[in-house]
Amino acid sequence: MEATLILENGKIFKGNAFGYLKESVGEVVFNTGMTGYQEVLTDPSYYGQIVTMTYPLVGNYGINLEDMESDSPKVKGFIVREQSDKPNNFRCEMKLNGYLRQNKIIGLEGIDTRALTKILRNHGTMKGIITLRDLSESQINHKFDAFHNKNAVDNVTTKEVYEIEGNNKHIAILDFGIKKNIIRSFKKRNCKMTIFPANSKPKDILDKKPDAIFLSNGPGDPEDLPEVVENLKQLVDKKPILGICLGHQLLALCFGGTIKKLKYGHRGWNHPVKDLDTNKIYITSQNHGYYVDKLPEEMIKTHLSLNDNTIEGMKHKKLPIYSVQFHPEACPGPKDMDYIFDQFVKMAK
Amino acid sequence: MPKDNSIKKVLVIGSGPIVIGQAAEFDYSGTQACQALKEEGIEVVLINSNPATIMTDKEIADKVYIEPLTVEFIEKVIKIEKPDSLLAGMGGQTGLNIAVELEDKGILDKYDIKVIGTSIESIEKGEDRESFRKLMEEINQPVIESKIVTELNEGISFAEEIGYPVVVRPAYTLGGTGGGIADDKQELVSILAQGLQLSRVGQVLIEKSIKGWKEIEYEVMRDEYGNCITVCNMENIDPVGIHTGDSIVVAPSQTLSDKEYQMLRSASIDIINTIEIIGGCNVQLALNPESLEYAIIEINPRVSRSSALASKATGYPIAKVATKLALGYGLDEIKNRVTKKTFACFEPTLDYVVIKIPKWPFDKFNDANRALGTKMMATGEVMAIGSNFESAFLKGIRSLELGKNTLFDIDVSSKSLKELKERVKSPDDERIFDLAEMLRKDYRVEKVSEITGIDEFFINKINWIVKQEEKLKETTLDKLDKNWLYKLKKRGFSDLGIAKLLDVDENKVYNLRKKFNILPKYKMVDTCAGEFEALTPYYYSTYEEYDEVEVSDKKKVIVIGSGPIRIGQGIEFDYCSVHSIEALKKLDIETIIVNNNPETVSTDFDISDKLYFEPLTEEDVLSIVEKEKPQGVILQFGGQTAIKLAKYLKERNVTILGTSCENIDRAEDREKFEELLEKLNIIRPKGKAVLNIEKGIKEARKLGYPVLVRPSYVLGGQGMEITYNEEELVRYLNKAFKHDENNTVLLDKYLIGKEIEIDAICDGEDILIPGIMEHLERAGIHSGDSITIYPSIDISNEIKNKILDYTKKIAKELNVLGMINIQFIQYENQLYVIEVNPRSSRTVPYISKVSNVPVIELATRVMLGEKIESLGYGKGIYKDSELVSVKVPVFSTEKLSRVEVSLGPEMRSTGEVLGIDETFERALYKGLVASGKKIKKESGKILVTLNSHDKQDFSETAKKLKKLGYEFIATEGTSKYLNDIGIESKSIKKISEGVPNVLDIIRSGVIDFVINTPTKGNDSKRDGFRIRRAAIEASVDVFTSLDTINALVDILDKKIIDSDLNVYDLAKE
Repeated sequence: MEATLILENGKIFKGNAFGYLKESVGEVVFNTGMTGYQEVLTDPSYYGQIVTMTYPLVGNYGINLEDMESDSPKVKGFIVREQSDKPNNFRCEMKLNGYLRQNKIIGLEGIDTRALTKILRNHGTMKGIITLRDLSESQINHKFDAFHNKNAVDNVTTKEVYEIEGNNKHIAILDFGIKKNIIRSFKKRNCKMTIFPANSKPKDILDKKPDAIFLSNGPGDPEDLPEVVENLKQLVDKKPILGICLGHQLLALCFGGTIKKLKYGHRGWNHPVKDLDTNKIYITSQNHGYYVDKLPEEMIKTHLSLNDNTIEGMKHKKLPIYSVQFHPEACPGPKDMDYIFDQFVKMAK
Repeated sequence: MPKDNSIKKVLVIGSGPIVIGQAAEFDYSGTQACQALKEEGIEVVLINSNPATIMTDKEIADKVYIEPLTVEFIEKVIKIEKPDSLLAGMGGQTGLNIAVELEDKGILDKYDIKVIGTSIESIEKGEDRESFRKLMEEINQPVIESKIVTELNEGISFAEEIGYPVVVRPAYTLGGTGGGIADDKQELVSILAQGLQLSRVGQVLIEKSIKGWKEIEYEVMRDEYGNCITVCNMENIDPVGIHTGDSIVVAPSQTLSDKEYQMLRSASIDIINTIEIIGGCNVQLALNPESLEYAIIEINPRVSRSSALASKATGYPIAKVATKLALGYGLDEIKNRVTKKTFACFEPTLDYVVIKIPKWPFDKFNDANRALGTKMMATGEVMAIGSNFESAFLKGIRSLELGKNTLFDIDVSSKSLKELKERVKSPDDERIFDLAEMLRKDYRVEKVSEITGIDEFFINKINWIVKQEEKLKETTLDKLDKNWLYKLKKRGFSDLGIAKLLDVDENKVYNLRKKFNILPKYKMVDTCAGEFEALTPYYYSTYEEYDEVEVSDKKKVIVIGSGPIRIGQGIEFDYCSVHSIEALKKLDIETIIVNNNPETVSTDFDISDKLYFEPLTEEDVLSIVEKEKPQGVILQFGGQTAIKLAKYLKERNVTILGTSCENIDRAEDREKFEELLEKLNIIRPKGKAVLNIEKGIKEARKLGYPVLVRPSYVLGGQGMEITYNEEELVRYLNKAFKHDENNTVLLDKYLIGKEIEIDAICDGEDILIPGIMEHLERAGIHSGDSITIYPSIDISNEIKNKILDYTKKIAKELNVLGMINIQFIQYENQLYVIEVNPRSSRTVPYISKVSNVPVIELATRVMLGEKIESLGYGKGIYKDSELVSVKVPVFSTEKLSRVEVSLGPEMRSTGEVLGIDETFERALYKGLVASGKKIKKESGKILVTLNSHDKQDFSETAKKLKKLGYEFIATEGTSKYLNDIGIESKSIKKISEGVPNVLDIIRSGVIDFVINTPTKGNDSKRDGFRIRRAAIEASVDVFTSLDTINALVDILDKKIIDSDLNVYDLAKE
């Protein structure tokens, strides 16, 4: 079925819809990973976004139910050059098309995704609509105006506190849309975990007597979460803290740093990051649209992006608080920085 | 860390002659390495025996030594040049082996040379199979159950222990030479015996077969500070069991999930960290398609064929970066040349599909055993880039120049399903067409995948193509609507392919496409999938919405490259293309190159202003011409691949620079060529074209035997033979007409004279001959396979003048603008012309280097209107150089089973080396040493079997050899003859006479070399053929021309000692 992607700047791409055939509005972003579409689809940090993959063939190995980063896809739409209707892999359980259809996500295929990527690169991330019909200009404007992603975290955080047993350290996790592989990473280290909704009160968290607090990744603009930042302020001197991605940005806000939006984000798994302690470089998996612009005075820069020199990690000058912008848990992407979890678990007391 | 400033002068070792398993990719990496060193202000000393390379140009290195790649000669260079460092990883396995040898013999220590880049210790850790296996066990990386054996029985008992089938891999050999899969004891014995002989260290690995697993490669980089990145991964479409050099390879991997991708990536990085690579490394892994089980197959701690492919596939210049890493830089200090913003420390991401397809020499060697296995047989490869699998695949297929524009093959289609099924079970080079035909016959996709071990994902893609082809076959042009045609074009169908399936003229499809406005768009290869702005003009075609090429209004010229390396059209043509580009750049003309060979320098995006990585077919080239609208197109430097586009382009009003299309035809079309010579009053050996056997017999009787026979329009002497009698002639003609009944066969009187060759530049008026080359062997041996001497040693001035006169006449008559190559025979003091090629030839790089005439630059300038007079190199025959250069051909025949070994009119060599010295004998000696001949100076054992017409000629030679202390072993006839002339010889049984026979004695290792002159080539059942095969397979030198052996005897007579010889820097003005 013919479908159109309409961008905020008026640019139009015509292709074919697949998955769930229903119009969708979102922020259009591109991801450069050549594998890992299923992890991308289910990563809650993509909530509210229409993701286009720069690699042209998507769905080659199908969908399996193991490699999920949350229990359902979180994207608002999925744009590919070509979706594979005949996938093959010994773990393949579904086709991409069917998976999106079942989860009510629209897909768009057959467009010049490289041209789209270059538009996003040059003009910056923007809103877009994937639609199945002709829309008038006022309809389009109305839809764009109506779209915002301010409640993103609310939509992906856990509703209830829950625990995962383990006989190593006890980690309190603030879930802003946590990726499953972060949980798997702690599990692999035998940690006990208590997972809290994003807006949980500091007292409730501390009452559980965790050894450390983990601030997860998540979607959207950290400035939309002032309440969380306030809560954090009451936690930072109580326990060792590790933040990843959104968690990192929230920590920056908490200590008085500032956040800015990247023109077109870092989304992919080929991003070089330098560890400023060791001067070693690692290839990391990244997915963020915002970054820490001004480092809080109490913090030291620990990691640096080699692509655009933005801050990729920081630590507190005195307290046992660390955060990274990239995803050491990978999935998709390289696991070169998995050791961050070891360091954190060691630090927890 | 900044670069290590103690490095001031670096020795770079090249890879030597082109052989199967080691081709143009090392010219590409070596050239990049030299350039990267020079950029840093480091003095580069280069040694390579291969004159056809770009790296041996004086513009590339500061000191250029074309000398044998042996420890003795390298030490001489070291002694003179005193380099402080050695860069070992750029010259393939040859370079690496020599570096290890230099270390082992203490030469590096003696001259205080440090190895930069990956250390010798690390190289040995990676290369020595046993220590590698131990290391992998230490870091918990799985390897395949295996054992190194040094003798036959040990191998047999281990194989019995782990169970058949087993894979046999000799250590330290090129392209897996001598390896194979053995299904039972008998097969093991034959493969293992050979493998043990071929391995430099006498070690062979026996391992459990994991046939059917996926073969995946990672190209990894590491700096000395431990930073690692992977440039690219590649998935072999063919499963484990087919050498990666013989596999169709796709990049990036298509069927691996992120979990699998990252698992293998982590393993690769673990390995190079453990081995402490500094630079690039190739890691080959096998992945079980039914689980997450994997195993490390091997690593190559150096740049390789795969790294060249990965560089071209991603735009990441591995050799250049590896060189900088060797100088001490960190990955984060080297700028990404593509984005100029990011650094070498990142992983390229692709937004297209890349496919590599091997090019095999089987179109030339009809009788060869074509079955693909662990021993590489491809001479070259093509690469294609598309925005989907199908388009890259179909582009690749048509780039092979097999005359295939679709997957449909009429011969294959006549085979039954049963037959096809058997064929794909033991796959050969045609397996893709076989399995396509199975799908065409509605055989199940799943089952094809099961039988072939090729992932269903790929089979389904091929199936889609096949089903579209079938649909096209059953329809007509008017039913081809815009959507359908667009879809087909998007998936890589060519106009010609569609036209053939519809059974209409290609122009009709072209016109329809124009009517629908379906035109290719060009996208950039930029390492980063569009994430960053890129500045590198490296393009591929696709049928998408947006085009990224900016067409300038500058004066521009397109140079057409020569495609994959094959026998008869090798690296020399890449040399020519690159030099033409350089010349055009000097003239301030915008340069555009079109080529499809990932191994070459010409497809390095730094060479031309724009690179189009596209098939070299009429449609693909025309599309680029239509897009760029150049002032002209140069075809002369791309071999026959480019020349054959002349007519098509001319008809479409494209300006072809240089000799006109009509005149090209006058030289190539046999009849027109005869008319031309007749008009100019130039003689050629009497000949006649015949269309049937009866006529052939009649004409041959008129001409008198021996008669040279060949099909018309040939390259590299394809299908050419000398027949000595009617029986042989009839056999030949039968075969030729059976192959193609419309083919004309040419019969020429075979003159046993001296062959002479020239390349000349002509501006329509004047000519310049840079040098006259004399062949050592008498006519009848293909010029590419003859030993060639420059300056000539035995050509009279009278003949030289005649050569000049004829060349002038022919060039002028053909109004040659640019290059012309002419081959002559001097017979009984008469000069005959046997061949005229109105293009650049194989000998151009060699003659350019030794004569010091920049032949291609001059030819290019002439093509653009300059006159020879004004170029500063004079007219006529250029002055002879003071040094003598002898070009010696190098063969890869031992890697191609059932292929004839003897020299003949059909070209068989894959590469060449040059020997340079002050006298002919010394230069020839160096050439022979460089070519790998083991010259035993005294008291050796020679096996002689001669045909009857050579016995007489051999008597003098035999006497000399005897005097030198050689002993003879001969088959009955030859032995009797030798005894008759008073030379003692031991008689040995013929093959049919029982054991031990002539084959056994060859295999036993007591023979130093074999002299065998063939009675009849290309017949695998004959004794001579089997003797020659047995010898090369046992690494025993074979001489099949008495001329070669006579020259060898002269050398032996001179008692040349290595230590007396000098080495010569060719870059010295």
